[in-house]
Amino acid sequence: MDKNKIIELKGIFKEYNGEQVLKGIDLDIHDKEFVTFLGPSGCGKTTTLRIIGGFVTPDSGDVLFNGRRVNDVPPYKRAVNTVFQKYALFPHLNVYENVAFGLRLKKEKESVIAAKVAEMLDLVNLRGFEKRSVSLLSGGQQQRVAIARALCNEPKVLLLDEPLGALDLQLRKEMQIELKKIQQRLEITFIYVTHDQEEALTMSDTVVVMNGGVIQQIGTPQDIYNEPVNAFVAKFIGESNILPGIMHEDYKVEFAGDNFECVDKGFRHLEPVDVVIRPEDITICPPSDKVINGLVESVLFKGVHYEIMVRAYSDLWKIHSTKAPEVGSVVGIDFTPEDIHIMRKMESSEDYAALEHLNEQRAGTGEEAGTVE
Amino acid sequence: MNNLRSRLAATPYLAWMIIFMVVPLALIVVFAFTTTVPCDAEGNILTDEEAYLIQEEETLIWEEQGTPEEERVSAVSEKTIFTVQNILEVNKYMPTMLSSIWMALVATVICLLIGYPLAYMISRMHFVSQKMMLMLVMLPMWMNFLLRTYAWMTLLERNGLINRFLGLFGVGPFNMINTQGAVILGMIYNYLPFMILPLYSVMTKIENTTIEAAQDLGANRLTVMWRVVVPLSVPGINSGITAVFIPSVSTFIISRMLGGGTNMLIGDLIDLQFLGNAYNPNLGSAISLVLMVFILLCMSITNAFDMEDKEGGMLL
Repeated sequence: MDKNKIIELKGIFKEYNGEQVLKGIDLDIHDKEFVTFLGPSGCGKTTTLRIIGGFVTPDSGDVLFNGRRVNDVPPYKRAVNTVFQKYALFPHLNVYENVAFGLRLKKEKESVIAAKVAEMLDLVNLRGFEKRSVSLLSGGQQQRVAIARALCNEPKVLLLDEPLGALDLQLRKEMQIELKKIQQRLEITFIYVTHDQEEALTMSDTVVVMNGGVIQQIGTPQDIYNEPVNAFVAKFIGESNILPGIMHEDYKVEFAGDNFECVDKGFRHLEPVDVVIRPEDITICPPSDKVINGLVESVLFKGVHYEIMVRAYSDLWKIHSTKAPEVGSVVGIDFTPEDIHIMRKMESSEDYAALEHLNEQRAGTGEEAGTVE
Repeated sequence: MNNLRSRLAATPYLAWMIIFMVVPLALIVVFAFTTTVPCDAEGNILTDEEAYLIQEEETLIWEEQGTPEEERVSAVSEKTIFTVQNILEVNKYMPTMLSSIWMALVATVICLLIGYPLAYMISRMHFVSQKMMLMLVMLPMWMNFLLRTYAWMTLLERNGLINRFLGLFGVGPFNMINTQGAVILGMIYNYLPFMILPLYSVMTKIENTTIEAAQDLGANRLTVMWRVVVPLSVPGINSGITAVFIPSVSTFIISRMLGGGTNMLIGDLIDLQFLGNAYNPNLGSAISLVLMVFILLCMSITNAFDMEDKEGGMLL
């Protein structure tokens, strides 16, 4: 993949009504990459997108396009186009005119416009809808028009602000695949904002997990899922069991009242850590001395698998399995060293406060704040 | 069942409409096309002179014979006949009609020019400021219409506040009152809120993201206005124009107070036919009818713009 940086964000801070929405965003986005900003609502992902689009000006920090600072360039002069959350189609224009809007502004010839619009409508499977009124289209069709309209200007970067949020599950899944195909076919950069972790993992080359105006982790979907850097990412991406533990030495961790082998290293001696084990990585086995034993508290059918809650000492384990043990029975909880993910403690109030303090200090001195890693 | 119920529910309104709208309108048409003329016992139409002569003669005979009052029955009676004379007579007042329409048109255009940017600005404001600004727009309307127009009289008079203020700088005095300009000013001042309110209510429905989408696709501020905001506010423009033009074209108080009788409007003329010394309700009705046709014509022009958009598939 071409690793040219197309967009760079450097130390972006933004405040709304006295509330810090972005607390030092540093991010490089590469050409032809599918990047997703993932996080809960209010984490600053949409604001970041709007800063790239030019609809919001950062309080401090720089936005660079191909190495050129564009902080003060208005949206209509930027080589990016946006697909808005609520489509934002022009209700007074039909499908054709909506898609042609950008080209008309460029004063293109009618023949050029007709060809381009036809191509775009083909791309989004809306051939034959040219003369329809956009208000008579379904949500999915409206979203396709919005995508065609944004792509018609041949942007270098397409920004998508939770574009599938209003669609039903089935349609959303179809559109996810379609969007990914479109991105690969056109070979342009997509920046996609979502709070749906599954969507992010399905479509992205790179996922940027955000929370509280700070980037928590940047990585491939596999990285983010398998190696979450902190408890927030682990909790937000998929389901997980997070247990407090202590690192004795490299590859040796103590948690749930026992010592385990693991594949992580580089921690201080006796450093308190968070241990993450994914529910689907755990196997249920007959109780024995070699594994943690627990009492099955509940079994819930979830379709593909059962969600089994097992109580072992004070810990409650969530386990996904295709086989359901009986409620009230005693089972063994088994996992391999590779299934154990060790993270530095983030959620202890002390550490968290320290992090906040660090960010505030950096904000105060205008220094570039680093991402949390 | 449902249909029946809704029909029943509509009955009072229907009755109201028929009694207070359809019937009066029909009466105006009847009045406009009729006139009362004297006639003799056989129903032959007489000229005013013939009628006068007959009546003179009758009076003489009655007095000679000493006929008591209650037995004196005149051979001359009155009869209502169909005529287009009234309508033709309106032609005489064409200059007044045209100048009324012209002045109302000027006032409407100026209201649109002032009201449109203002309504747009208000619609883009913060919610709280929007309410505040709307209050300010409507505040003058809480004051009596006559009082507001009187206020302009004292401002515009030869010895009025404006001339006195300008006098301090050795400028003027200007002749402002009793001019066409003063009448148009009165129309604008009184009817501007009727332009702003419908525009505002349509514009608040234009989402910010729609405007952002246009900017995103390469439209600068001006293009956004022209290609998105204006087309989307056509319904508001139409109702605003209607709400300002119709009362302006038929007003008579404003021209009487600020035009000083020299700038008669069609409203003054109609007023004169019904309540003034030129009492002639038939002519008054004819003028009203012609004015109504003119207004309908004007409105159908603005409606045509609306329809054009509808064909494009707009649902609002």
